[in-house]
Amino acid sequence: MVIDKIKKVTVIDTKANTKASDMMVGKWIKCDNCKEILYKEDVRNNYSVCPNCGKHFRLSSRRRIAQIIDDGTFEETDSNLHTTDPIKFEGYTQKIKLLEEKTKIKEAVKTGFGKINGINVAIAVMDANFLMGSMGEVVGEKITRLIERAIEKHLPLIIFCASGGARMQEGMVSLMQMAKTSAALSKLNKAGLLYISVLTDPTTGGVTASFASLGDIILAEPKALIGFAGPRVIEQTINQKLPEGFQRAEFLLEHGFVDRIVERKDMKEELYRILKLHNY
Amino acid sequence: MSDKIEEWDRVIEARKPERPKALDYINYIFEDFIEMHGDRYFGDDKAVIGGIASIENIPVTVIGEQKGKTTKENMERNFGMPNPEGYRKALRLMKQAEKFNRPIITFIDTPGAYPGLGAEERGQGEAIAKNLLEMSSLEVPIICVVIGEGSSGGALAIGVGDKILMLENSIYSVLSPEGFASILYKDSSLYKKAAKEMKITAKDLKKLGIIDEIIKEDNILENTKKAILKDLKELLKLNKNELVENRYNKYRRIGKGEEDDIK
Ligand SMILES: [Zn+2]
Repeated sequence: MVIDKIKKVTVIDTKANTKASDMMVGKWIKCDNCKEILYKEDVRNNYSVCPNCGKHFRLSSRRRIAQIIDDGTFEETDSNLHTTDPIKFEGYTQKIKLLEEKTKIKEAVKTGFGKINGINVAIAVMDANFLMGSMGEVVGEKITRLIERAIEKHLPLIIFCASGGARMQEGMVSLMQMAKTSAALSKLNKAGLLYISVLTDPTTGGVTASFASLGDIILAEPKALIGFAGPRVIEQTINQKLPEGFQRAEFLLEHGFVDRIVERKDMKEELYRILKLHNY
Repeated sequence: MSDKIEEWDRVIEARKPERPKALDYINYIFEDFIEMHGDRYFGDDKAVIGGIASIENIPVTVIGEQKGKTTKENMERNFGMPNPEGYRKALRLMKQAEKFNRPIITFIDTPGAYPGLGAEERGQGEAIAKNLLEMSSLEVPIICVVIGEGSSGGALAIGVGDKILMLENSIYSVLSPEGFASILYKDSSLYKKAAKEMKITAKDLKKLGIIDEIIKEDNILENTKKAILKDLKELLKLNKNELVENRYNKYRRIGKGEEDDIK
């Protein structure tokens, strides 16, 4: 489980600052990396990357799609799918409802079709704001349907991963989504279609141990946490502190599990260049 | 054991050191087991055993997660928690099985993939993912038997098959009941409640459509042998396409969600 996220700070100092009129609740955020107080609008206009230190903040699926897919070309699929609460876990459906209201999204992945500089792609974008981006039956089903449609339509597939792993509240049904999505990717492989997996902060657990690690090409955002076991679990197991940078994108690059680290501002162009070289 | 047994009792039973381990099943069920070692990249993981053997003159590849019965054995076997090289050894042997058209039988018994430093450096996630992808389309029959504790992706990594069997007192879960309790109930002392709510027993998982058969434990090794043989003979009747397509559909069906009502 990963806990760090953008800390919202309420700035009450209205005297000292020159931008006093903007010092209102919710307009400012504090970078959890360099501790700089940042104007939200500046961060937004900078791909949600800290203008001071380059920290890539977590992105909502909606904003990610806006950054990657050509304006007005995204067609969402299966947005009306909800969980059947397979193990009837107490409080789960209520929790999902609350999250839907709070986050204004349904489920931890958006799937659909769109264009990248004019090239048609099938795309899935996970959202860590929704139950840590955990994979339950809806996430697994939406991704599997997307892969199957990509095969039908002969489209390249791009998945932006962001997940704490399998969704515990769905018990074994969630674990089985790892097998289901991986099996669908095996079909995509046999159809000779390109799959680019993009690992963003955080990509862990059952998602790392399934589709996230199965891209023909695996890209990662700078400093993204990527691993199978969570850092705390490892620390408890080996009974020592983890070295600096452990399980970060750069660590995976060094150990051979990521093809390239790509900054967010370059991501769309990078994807486009790769697609072009695969004759799409 | 009867249905009255509490879920937690099954967890205890599933983890018992004296319970038969993968090698006990292999030695009882198969003739002339020849163990093979190593993943050809890094090393030989003793938490995973594998090799070739035969059953009623049918050559097969067998793979198992091996726990120990004593502390010393468990230290050697890393308590049945594989590192990436264990999963890669399994995959190497399974690909070989496909080449020589041998069915595959796997025995699942692990508290999970090892969450260690080296395991992460060597790509634990990638190793598991690759096994899931490859096992989904291997063109030979695959029978998986959960014999003790099947926990998380570390169990599933040798658990994608045509028939998934569970011993009556084995468990199969997305994480341990203790882990579930401490994360979802924020109280690790509620592990018994977790064991009940998580639906991890053979009976619950059969009802959920996640496993195919439950093996009674009155004559544990012999019953398992019979169950494997029955499934093996059935699966050997299918051609490669049927086999792979059925396997795909088997997983395709699990957890499909539901469309919202249109109002
Ligand atoms: Zn910063």
